[in-house]
Amino acid sequence: MLSPEQIDENFKDIKPPLSDDHARVEANRCLYCYDAPCAVACPTHIDIPEFIRRIGTGNVVGAAETILDSNILGSSCARVCPVEVLCEGSCVYLDLDAPAIDIGRLQRYATDHVIEQGIQVFEAPAEKSLGRVALVGGGPASLACAAELGRLGIQAVVFEEKPEAGGLNRYGIAPYKLSNDETRQEIQYIQNMTGFEIKTGVRVGRDVSFAQLEQEYDFIFLGVGVSDSRKLGIPGEEKDGVVGATEWIEELRKKPLHQTQVGPKVIVVGAGNTAIDAATEAARLGAREVTIVYRRGKDEMPAYEFEYELALKDKVRFQWFTQPLEVLGNGRVEGLKCHRMQAGSLDESGRPVPVPVPDSDFVIEADTVIKATGQVKHNFLSEIKGVELQWGLVKVDENYRTSNPRYYAGGDCVNGGKEVVNAVYHAKQAAQAMHRTLSQGGK
Amino acid sequence: MADLTSNFAGIKSPNPFWLASAPPTNSGYQVNRAFEAGWGGAVWKTLGGPIVNVNSRYGALSYRGHRVMGLNNIELITDRPIETNLKEIRQVKKLWPDHAVIVSLMVESNQQTWHEMVKRVNDTGADGIELNFGCPHGMSERGMGSAVGQVPQYCEQITTWVMEAAEIPVIVKLTPNVADIVPPGMAAQRGGANAVSLINTINSVTGVNLDTLVPNPAVNGRSAHGGYCGPAVRPIALNMVGSLSHHPEFNLPISGIGGVETWRDAAEFILMGASSVQVCTAVMKHGFRIVTDLTTGLSKWMDEKGFRTIADFSGLSAAKLSDWGDLDLNHRVVASIDKEKCIGCQVCYIACEDGAHQAILLSKNNGSRIPVINEECCVGCNLCSLVCPVDGCITMVVQNPSEPARSHNQYLAAGEEPIGNYPRHTAQIPS
Repeated sequence: MLSPEQIDENFKDIKPPLSDDHARVEANRCLYCYDAPCAVACPTHIDIPEFIRRIGTGNVVGAAETILDSNILGSSCARVCPVEVLCEGSCVYLDLDAPAIDIGRLQRYATDHVIEQGIQVFEAPAEKSLGRVALVGGGPASLACAAELGRLGIQAVVFEEKPEAGGLNRYGIAPYKLSNDETRQEIQYIQNMTGFEIKTGVRVGRDVSFAQLEQEYDFIFLGVGVSDSRKLGIPGEEKDGVVGATEWIEELRKKPLHQTQVGPKVIVVGAGNTAIDAATEAARLGAREVTIVYRRGKDEMPAYEFEYELALKDKVRFQWFTQPLEVLGNGRVEGLKCHRMQAGSLDESGRPVPVPVPDSDFVIEADTVIKATGQVKHNFLSEIKGVELQWGLVKVDENYRTSNPRYYAGGDCVNGGKEVVNAVYHAKQAAQAMHRTLSQGGK
Repeated sequence: MADLTSNFAGIKSPNPFWLASAPPTNSGYQVNRAFEAGWGGAVWKTLGGPIVNVNSRYGALSYRGHRVMGLNNIELITDRPIETNLKEIRQVKKLWPDHAVIVSLMVESNQQTWHEMVKRVNDTGADGIELNFGCPHGMSERGMGSAVGQVPQYCEQITTWVMEAAEIPVIVKLTPNVADIVPPGMAAQRGGANAVSLINTINSVTGVNLDTLVPNPAVNGRSAHGGYCGPAVRPIALNMVGSLSHHPEFNLPISGIGGVETWRDAAEFILMGASSVQVCTAVMKHGFRIVTDLTTGLSKWMDEKGFRTIADFSGLSAAKLSDWGDLDLNHRVVASIDKEKCIGCQVCYIACEDGAHQAILLSKNNGSRIPVINEECCVGCNLCSLVCPVDGCITMVVQNPSEPARSHNQYLAAGEEPIGNYPRHTAQIPS
């Protein structure tokens, strides 16, 4: 058992803030590229060289303005974005075999400054007279959309079922990337600056109907994300100690870290980024053996390379080409029976199909099995009249408008689960489209 | 193996690197440390009448995170008693007989006072005297320093007085705060000086504090202009050294001063006509230890180039400095980007597009970020190659001449209008 202090230490910021001096040195290293590849790579197209230049000249508030103008959730994105494959992964310095500019932490430096000091970087109209929009789900997509609507003079109300808004930022991200306090402060900040309302503890479809929202609001924005962790579909899955990754992480983020018991032997099924989060978090909570089992090989692993390396640092073991068959145990998990797989012929996506190796069954001992093979889509979406779905995801046009003109959608419920920065981009497009329509007097 | 020993106007030193008269040569303690570190000589901080300094004496220019690109000071000459300085000079000279100790002087403009001062220095065993005709702040308000250096007549007169009493070589230190460095240099020569040194510091205000609104450095809510030095002044100094050294009537040795920090800078000063080099700001930033790069770097470069002594290359580049009117108008260069080296920052593109001649195009190949030179529009200005962050990525390729070399002056002499062999501006305002 680790002490609460040790656990807090294990979960401290993996990318700590830059000091003033470090930020200045790093900002001055930026080449100020023209039509910079980092900004092209950013889904919200933050003018990265511009904000870095402003940090370098001591215009830190101006830097935050550049960031937040493009990406209102620039503070959380600075922490949770996979910068290694987006902005920093495009830095021209990499061509010189020199380290990329530390864009994520510079972005954090600028946004922390204005959030901590409560400096509003732009003004939103106090009167929200252009129209009213209800936003369903209080995650990054809805928050970003509501903020953008607020800036455009449209009244926005976010409906969130849980006790707090934030969605994955609040309940899903690994705490060493983004803390609860940081999430709360960011939401408070953008709410104060742009002026929108959040109603927590309200589930649309139960406490208030979509029909009611349609009556009271000009538009409805769906930012509901995806639902529960996918089942493994193997015997024994109902045993105590078998949990979904997103549900497990949510529990972890609801209380002080040391109150989550885990362990000593944890298996995580799946090799995506959520699987890595769960495995790393289990290890940091004190689990002695953490094993990721994945039915394909490392080359097919969906997780980012840097996430994989993080897990290796936390001594997570990777069991490739391993397919779970049955959860063993008497009421409670005692082990996971698996068999070995091997790479077969290529499927349509060009990946080798894993095929079982005959007579290769074996058992991995475990007291916890965390399922991280994706999430299912929300069922209730199919009940909204006129909103077409495809593979369970909401179908949208280039303005993120659904097939029902009163509904827009963005974030994970549209793309199946990508980054916060993608949700912010969808949200901004949707808000601007709603604004265009409302300005022309239409719905 | 290169021989770095120096004989500058009869002043001998193991290498041509001297400390300039400034805070690093304020005391025997410092000069002794400098010689231990490997400096060949030192010009003692200027002696003169008693003065008192202010606190808050230096201001600096930083550029994109690089501290002290330029330094300015409002410090005056030495504020230590003259007897103490003379005693320490004697001590240091005894400890370091083969190193150059030069004493900088500045007293009021009066023959008797100069004579007395020079005689006291003669007695110390010092190797030479430098006349501070350059200090642009404080002392100049009292009719000394640059107040002398700016008027060739004063410059010559005081040099003459000094030469009447001097038993050791005399160097006149010139101020850059003049329209043309040649007249004061020639005045020193007429006065009988054995050598000149240049440049002293440049009149400057390094900046303004945006909170207090007081210029730097602030002294109790006020400031005064100071003397500017450091890497930022080097190009100005190189020009002045070059224009004096290649002047046909000027024939004194030159000690080059102004932002020297590395062996490369030193080599450049010597190529422009100096035969010793003085350093201050770099030592104020990094300490005496930088001299080992100066000596080893210069020595290795000389070996590589086949120069055995300093004299072998002194002035070689000054000889290539000419009037603009004598430059070849038919010489043509065109930028060329090495695709292998290009990292796609497109900094050359925007520099050319907004700041020069619209001769670089963004790539039309989807995904490629390697810009394309539009040779039809390139005037060979060099800007792209200067802003490119990758060494050797953009080169200026010399074109085969279509016309024989011909200068503006040659055209004029032939009674013809120069034509110029390069494209003219073509981009139009969008209608």
